[in-house]
Amino acid sequence: MSRISKVESRLRTEQDAVQHHLYADRLRIYPKSVRGPVRRIKWAILIACLTIYYVLPWVRWHRGPNQPTQAVLLDLSTQRFYFFGLELWPQDIWLLAGILIMAAVSLFLVTSLIGRVWCGYTCPQTVWTDLFMWIEREIEGDRNERMTRDAAPLNSDTIWKKFLKHSIWLTIAFWTGGAWIMYFVDAPSVTVDFWTGDAATPVYVFTGLFTLTTYGLAGWAREQVCTYMCPWPRFQAAMLDDQSFTVTYQAWRGEPRARGKRVEGGPAAGDCVDCNLCVTVCPTGIDIRDGIQLECINCGLCMDACNHVMERTGQPKGLIAWDTLARQAAKQAGKVEPIRFFRPRTMIYLSALTIAVTGLTTALLTRSTLGLSVLRDRAPLFVPLADGSLRNGYTFKIVNKSQTNGAYDLSISGLPDAKMAIAEGDPTPSSTLRVSGSSDEVETFRLLVTARPAALTDGSMPVDFILRDTTSGAQTVYHSVFMGPPGYAGGAR
Amino acid sequence: MPTKIEKDAVSGRDTTGHEWDGIKELDTPLPKWWLYTFYACIGIAFVIFFLYPSIPYGPGYWHGVMGYSQRKMVDAEVAKLTAIRKVSLDKIGSLSFEQIKADPQLLEVAMTDGRITFAENCQPCHGAGGGGHIGYPALAAGSWLWGGTLDDIQQTVTHGIRSGDDDARNSAMPHFGADGLLKPAEIQQVADFVWSTFYGHKTEGQDVSAGAKIFAENCIACHGENGEGNRVVGAPRLNSHIHLYGDARETIVAQVTLPRQGVMPNWNHRLDPATIKAVTLYVHALGGGE
Repeated sequence: MSRISKVESRLRTEQDAVQHHLYADRLRIYPKSVRGPVRRIKWAILIACLTIYYVLPWVRWHRGPNQPTQAVLLDLSTQRFYFFGLELWPQDIWLLAGILIMAAVSLFLVTSLIGRVWCGYTCPQTVWTDLFMWIEREIEGDRNERMTRDAAPLNSDTIWKKFLKHSIWLTIAFWTGGAWIMYFVDAPSVTVDFWTGDAATPVYVFTGLFTLTTYGLAGWAREQVCTYMCPWPRFQAAMLDDQSFTVTYQAWRGEPRARGKRVEGGPAAGDCVDCNLCVTVCPTGIDIRDGIQLECINCGLCMDACNHVMERTGQPKGLIAWDTLARQAAKQAGKVEPIRFFRPRTMIYLSALTIAVTGLTTALLTRSTLGLSVLRDRAPLFVPLADGSLRNGYTFKIVNKSQTNGAYDLSISGLPDAKMAIAEGDPTPSSTLRVSGSSDEVETFRLLVTARPAALTDGSMPVDFILRDTTSGAQTVYHSVFMGPPGYAGGAR
Repeated sequence: MPTKIEKDAVSGRDTTGHEWDGIKELDTPLPKWWLYTFYACIGIAFVIFFLYPSIPYGPGYWHGVMGYSQRKMVDAEVAKLTAIRKVSLDKIGSLSFEQIKADPQLLEVAMTDGRITFAENCQPCHGAGGGGHIGYPALAAGSWLWGGTLDDIQQTVTHGIRSGDDDARNSAMPHFGADGLLKPAEIQQVADFVWSTFYGHKTEGQDVSAGAKIFAENCIACHGENGEGNRVVGAPRLNSHIHLYGDARETIVAQVTLPRQGVMPNWNHRLDPATIKAVTLYVHALGGGE
């Protein structure tokens, strides 16, 4: 049967399957193990990512008395978020938006340069699936052994090996779910509390939830997540162009594929020996020779597999290579196409990234640990007093995000002879006030500002409240207004 | 409607027959696990129907076997919160104002309770934030009729003003005009005097000595020689920029002729002593407290 008719018959079988079944069976994938530089890089990245994930909650960081000692802690109960030396409050949540924008643009930039490396190397789905596949391989054997085992009737050895595999999977999944919780509660104490039954219900619920998702997604769902659940493969193609590096089969070199030795004067044959190794090692079970596909996560394991074969058959390596479509087309035509990292698309992503990084860094560096928020009383808008003066009330919130108690001088500008007093505090009005703010707290009080109507040139006078840190001298200004009835004659006498 | 189902040349598959701007969709089968997940969701929905209140029928509905009721949950929550509040309310009731103010946490509870109580009971007359209205004193201004210390305010809130309560604050201004104690012309003269001397509307060359004489004979017993008022009898201060019934000369004439006598209810039959203490603390903190 010729190659063409072979393909045609395969297509016909597929068509029959489509026409007769509304729903498709899942094709079981038995990825074969492979060795090579790409596999080594993948292991290194896997170990690095998992180490960070599992170890980071245990890293300690000294912050001072009565402060959490965990380097990275998202404390939802007290609403404080700690990242090493950085402490964020819920008010700083917009920084998270900045970080997300940064992450998104970085992903766009990397994808447009070197394709879906996120999918192939660092995506948690890939990392944990890779780990689970390795365990499966170590216990049940490589591709052929697993296929034979699954096709054969159940025996005690299979049951034992499957039991062992799922137990180890579940243990790792549990460890993963537990580590996730440790980012939200103190790791050493929650570890103890978990086993003594003293941990909060959500700790057990979420540990269980993430145990099940890890086990289900990495053990069972695997490539189905990438193909059917994840939105990223669906739109990542929008970041690619013919200058982006992807895992590519050099069809011009490989086709027509043919098995067997190449002999002088024999039938026309490309470099591809049609050994199908690239398909058997693929974790998503696709054939890279069909070109760029949605299912391809760009992990490059097929490159390792193919290079071994090329080495053995004495042909140049890189039949499946990390290359751009433009360079492939050029090579086919016998020309040389330079690598073009700098193109309008990447430049736009790069500038967007630069803006995001600069903005975020500036915001972080200039972030004040002293916050002032002033809310003017709206009812009543103003209070005329018996002596003819006018009074406005303001609710002050002084946010002290630092680790030391603060003392501040509060003054007002924009309103001549304005006098301030804290409600229920010292009733003597004065032009400046000394207020304090405990560390890591929000100090709230109501301030009464009194002014002579003569000082009012308008019904709404802009005023500035100036809060000066007495130790550092740093100032925080809040713009507000002082209101009164226009033309009020209270001060005439 | 899909009309043109055709064979795709590249994949050999059928298309769905849908077409958008020349883009045709392949009829790709859903994975079976997706279908089973869908069935499982339907199954779970029925379990939830069975467990929780769900299907209405006739006059009632299926209550579910879990005894789930949001109304009961609200009642339980309210009962729980009432029990929590009772602890601090009891404390507020038994402690003195000074003791409450010395405990920031308790003070915060009292102020919150006072704010809510004020909004529900006092605000219709005294205005949000104690801003006051014509005829209803501005509590935030500190120009008190009966005194502005915490004890004064507590007394007024508890027993009211001319409320009929035995301990209510009581006083009555004579009906100088209606009862013929002063002639209309005399009322005009004393109004001129009060208007120019105390309200601050002096007119050049105006002679108010006649009014001053009438004021000295009839009014200073309560309102004071300099119009400073008298809190013992709730006599308003006249030498002020804010006035209970407004800042116009006619209000003086009207008040001397047939005085309006404001009434405030006694709240001791509506609010418990601890809540009255809480609202007292709140009113005191509005800005006028003494």
